[in-house]
Amino acid sequence: MTTAERTGAPSTTIETPVLQVRDLSVAFTTESGTVSAVDRVSLDLAPGEIVGMVGESGCGKSVTAMSIGGLLPDSARVTGSVRLQGTELVGTRESVLRRVRGKDIAYIFQEPMTSLNPVLTIGRQIAEVLQVHERMSRRAARARAVELLSLVGIPSAATRVDNYPHQLSGGMRQRVMIAMAVACGPKVLVADEPTTALDVTVQAGILQVLRDLRDRLGTTILVITHDLGVIADIADRVVVMYAGRVVERAPVTDLFAFPYHRYTAGLLSASPTPGVHAGTQRLQEIPGLVPVLSAQPDACTFADRCPAADERCREAAPPLEAVRPALTEHVAACWHPCPTPRTRPEETIA
Amino acid sequence: MARYLITRAWQSALTLVLSTIVVFLGVRALPGDPALALAGEDRSPEALEAIRRHYGLDQPLPVQFAQYVERVVQGDFGESIRTGIPVSSMLSTALPVTAELAVLAILLATALGVGAGVLAAVRRGHPAEWLANGLALVGLSVPHFWLGLLAILYLSVATGLFPASGFVPLLEDPVDNLHHVVLPAVILGTGLAAIIMRQTRSAMLDSLSSDYVRTAKAKGLRPRAVITRHALRNSLIVVVTIVGLQLGGLISGAVVTEQIFGLPGFGKMTIDAVFQRDYPVIQAVVLLTATAYIVINFLVDLLYSVIDPRIRVTGDQS
Repeated sequence: MTTAERTGAPSTTIETPVLQVRDLSVAFTTESGTVSAVDRVSLDLAPGEIVGMVGESGCGKSVTAMSIGGLLPDSARVTGSVRLQGTELVGTRESVLRRVRGKDIAYIFQEPMTSLNPVLTIGRQIAEVLQVHERMSRRAARARAVELLSLVGIPSAATRVDNYPHQLSGGMRQRVMIAMAVACGPKVLVADEPTTALDVTVQAGILQVLRDLRDRLGTTILVITHDLGVIADIADRVVVMYAGRVVERAPVTDLFAFPYHRYTAGLLSASPTPGVHAGTQRLQEIPGLVPVLSAQPDACTFADRCPAADERCREAAPPLEAVRPALTEHVAACWHPCPTPRTRPEETIA
Repeated sequence: MARYLITRAWQSALTLVLSTIVVFLGVRALPGDPALALAGEDRSPEALEAIRRHYGLDQPLPVQFAQYVERVVQGDFGESIRTGIPVSSMLSTALPVTAELAVLAILLATALGVGAGVLAAVRRGHPAEWLANGLALVGLSVPHFWLGLLAILYLSVATGLFPASGFVPLLEDPVDNLHHVVLPAVILGTGLAAIIMRQTRSAMLDSLSSDYVRTAKAKGLRPRAVITRHALRNSLIVVVTIVGLQLGGLISGAVVTEQIFGLPGFGKMTIDAVFQRDYPVIQAVVLLTATAYIVINFLVDLLYSVIDPRIRVTGDQS
């Protein structure tokens, strides 16, 4: 089996992708040996698209996100290819990456409390990006920072610009992070668990800001989360990761309606669905934990936790391919895909 | 911010008043009649009475204290029992020497300590880190009187690069002045530099692995901006605390260093006064040291609020 077959490089790209990830692998050298975190992940992001990447903690989604911008520590060994509009980023000089970061690829992180520098005003932190990438003067950058703050829905931006992070609430800080990220009009915005640390009411607001940005600026957004609710709310397409591999990729409605991979099905039954479970049925947990792998085996990494696993699953890794030939955009890496739709499409598509 | 300043100023003033009382009572609590000590050979009741009147010792304690404070506020610390020279004029020649020595030592130690600490944190695992750590260990473990003797032996006596002792006032000849003070300042600053280096290094390691430094990198900032503007600025809070705490050690270190290098400073004056039981001088020295401590602590607190906006707490949560 060739690598392309194994990883199922997306063949049905809609437009020329802004970001093209091919066979991205990341391994960390630790004192107790090498740990494989990401195994041959391939992914295309089309312009203006919002792609959700979902999986349990430790499945490699954050590492994938960090490796796109070359933000991993030196102990990480990254192989494969990440192309931003044709420019290769893996193994590129640091100076090239510096020009890309903050300008073409921007990040939003999980903890707005700690991700902002406590000793600089938020205006200064936003202006910094503009001064570096747009060569703006301090004054112009500050004026632009005020505009950006109102763009992300911060009231009385002109006075808020001189606030320090500790003077803002968590949701406001995350809006500041977003303002900072979109300051230079990036082509790709990587949001790593953007709402995890926030209250549910605040979450909705943040997701709305992201959606607005896509609609108004045409920004491509990669949202990394373990929360299927966030995915259902915002994503156009979903990538499901498990133990460093992409196990399923589908348009969002397809995925929620017909999960193919057993792991995806498990994830879905572990999340409450309004009306369906409400007090009558227990949520199903997936037994076991995501394995920590020193080397990626030639087997399905989910086999040990899978109700449908057999000998074949332990002997060969399933390729990522379309389960129904008619639906080429929906691919899964499973020898025994779920036979029947979990629910009928009408029930999940609101 | 203003409220914070006022609170801190009040606390400082109160501490100052308390230390004045302690100094005043401390000298009064010493065993023996001061008049007896002052009288020397002539212990006739008339002489003792005259001395008591002269020094106000016949007055009740609160009155004595009021008089003492009144004089001190006017800069009158009395006269040296041994020489009869006004203590204030002794201080005016000795203080600048020590102040210069201490300020220079702090500047050198901070520059060296912060620089080496940042380098050690950024170049983690490289020879630069081992070198910085090694030097810090030496700076911490070698007592500086010995280091001072070595310096005199090799840099003054053997090579003649620096004068072995003596002092030239700053205003008289700035170059020659610096020539005399640099070596003692370096020796005095070694311990402090080592402590600052270690603290800076560990604070920097913390900052460098923080989320906001990751954000700074994700913004595409140059390493220099990431290190200085983001990591170092957050680490300085720790460094300022350490410098503030270590200044006390620096004052006692100055006493020894001045003795070794024969600098006519505050330290030398203190030692002489103690050996000669020159109470007015000791009293002035203790009071001034306490004042210096209080002022430095106040300044350190001010610096905190400049570095860390979270400390400017009250009243600006808008």
